[in-house]
Amino acid sequence: MKPRLTLTALLLSLASTSVFADTQLLNVSYDVMRDFYKDYNPVFQKAYKAKTGETVTLQQSHGGSSKQALSVVNGLPADVITMNQATDIDLLADKGLIPAAWAKRLPNDSVPFNSITVFLVRKGNPKAVRDWNDLAKPGVQVIVPNPKTSGNGRYTYLAAWGQALKQPGGSEAKARDFVNRLFKNVPVLDTGGRAATTTFIQRQTGDVLVTFENEAEMIAREFGRGGFDIVYPKVSVLAENPVAVVDKVVDKKGTRKEADAYLNYLWSVEGQTVAAQNYLRPQNAQVAAKYAAQFPPVKTFRVTQVFGSWRAAMKTHFADGGVFDQIYTKK
Amino acid sequence: MNLLNRQHSVLPGFGLSFGVTLFWLTLIVLLPFAALLFKTTDMGWTAFVETVTAERVVASLKLSFGASAIAALINIVMGFLLAWVLVRYPFPGKKLIDALVDLPFALPTAVAGIALTTLYAPNGWFGQYLAPLGIKVAFAPLGIVVALIFISLPFVVRTVQPVLEDLEKELEEAATCLGANRWQIFRRVIFPAAVPALITGGAMAFARATGEFGSVIFIAGNIPLVSEIAPLIIISKLDQYDYLGATAVAVVMLGLSFVILFAINAIQWWASRRHGAKR
Repeated sequence: MKPRLTLTALLLSLASTSVFADTQLLNVSYDVMRDFYKDYNPVFQKAYKAKTGETVTLQQSHGGSSKQALSVVNGLPADVITMNQATDIDLLADKGLIPAAWAKRLPNDSVPFNSITVFLVRKGNPKAVRDWNDLAKPGVQVIVPNPKTSGNGRYTYLAAWGQALKQPGGSEAKARDFVNRLFKNVPVLDTGGRAATTTFIQRQTGDVLVTFENEAEMIAREFGRGGFDIVYPKVSVLAENPVAVVDKVVDKKGTRKEADAYLNYLWSVEGQTVAAQNYLRPQNAQVAAKYAAQFPPVKTFRVTQVFGSWRAAMKTHFADGGVFDQIYTKK
Repeated sequence: MNLLNRQHSVLPGFGLSFGVTLFWLTLIVLLPFAALLFKTTDMGWTAFVETVTAERVVASLKLSFGASAIAALINIVMGFLLAWVLVRYPFPGKKLIDALVDLPFALPTAVAGIALTTLYAPNGWFGQYLAPLGIKVAFAPLGIVVALIFISLPFVVRTVQPVLEDLEKELEEAATCLGANRWQIFRRVIFPAAVPALITGGAMAFARATGEFGSVIFIAGNIPLVSEIAPLIIISKLDQYDYLGATAVAVVMLGLSFVILFAINAIQWWASRRHGAKR
């Protein structure tokens, strides 16, 4: 539906590029990055025009991350792809659209900013939720999107597992037991992060919503701060948002220069500031210092540090019959 | 080749029109199915069986087909009643109600799902009164049935309506003259005439409900083995880039639907023969 529209728009615009000599870039992204790129695109356009005199017009396509990655593999002509999980970009490498070492082309494994997993609780925190262990207590209902269909849910699951490992005396068995107990407290497994937010805020279902920090701030803007508090756990996972230029597409369209500039600018002070304004944790130390007040320090770990690689984590935990499935199938 | 064993019809052009029909059906309906089946041949037989007999898949298929069957049965009863009222009684606002019946056809199913969840969630308009009674609709299998009833209602109403409209008053008058009471007239005259249409409508409602995703996903709760529908299993396999697994589940759904619809059609054919209705 949306990709089709974008495609039509793109074809139409390609037909007209000969008339207007400005470049079109298509950024294929996942659902919740809508707000960030809406702010970032005009900032980049202005800077690029000032630097080169060239006008770049940008088109966005948003949807569930794996669906979007599939669309690109199936021929949606994305100049750049911006995702919330490296596996969704690895798919493009597997299909030969980008080199296997794509992550090494930009700083910090091609991750311009990140977020962490936090807890939203009802106002006044009636269930006294302070840290991960409280989520597995009897009588606490936790809302988490389905790790099978949602990157947000996967990060929550991996955060829960990783922090259990990092406890004194932590082990695989203890981590497994903890995650088991946590998911026994989940009454609804929505298909995506936004749907989980709706369940928690509008349906008033559950005591705790586990989601990304930037999503929590979006909720605050949208619904006000009257209904919930944010609780920062002691340890959390770094939700990293990798980006990549899609070589096969830019080489065909001759847009590599613009696409590179578009992604590189994410690391500029201006780009990082837009990220911080959208409650994404910036990489740039100077910007991070300026916005330190809105990002409480939390001990974090990367998925790759605890699970080796995203691929391994997916295979062990989220594949059919994997550890997550066993939570429900083992009586 | 008894396909071409045509009765001598006055109307010319059977050969051409039949050819066009067959070509069209092949292009639009059969080809996609054939492609789907062909895709599954990429996986071995053992892998296929393993995929579709997994506990979660079996549970979701049971739920999808079970909930669809319940929804279709409820719709057969309530849809018949609705069609009856719309055909038989003049009342103010009749045109409006008639138009309302089609709404589930037109409404994007996601909207239907969100609206129903808003009504039946524990804090929703209906949900808040049901919750103290211990009745859980939203985020439970019951919610799935409610959503499926909603989206498949028009099928039954729209198939039965014309049949009831065509029933001749004289039949009922004759029955009355012969001393039948209202109940007997319904049972012996009206109901048998409506049976084939009811079965057709019910079958269509059922078929539509088995493949439904958009409205159910918001109200189901999606807990594995409890409230996960089969289309969700397909989607989650696609989310892991497991095309073959997704196709395998889709093929099983198709096969089951086909067998069930074929059986329903056979019953209907038999019923219409028995009641001597014109085909």
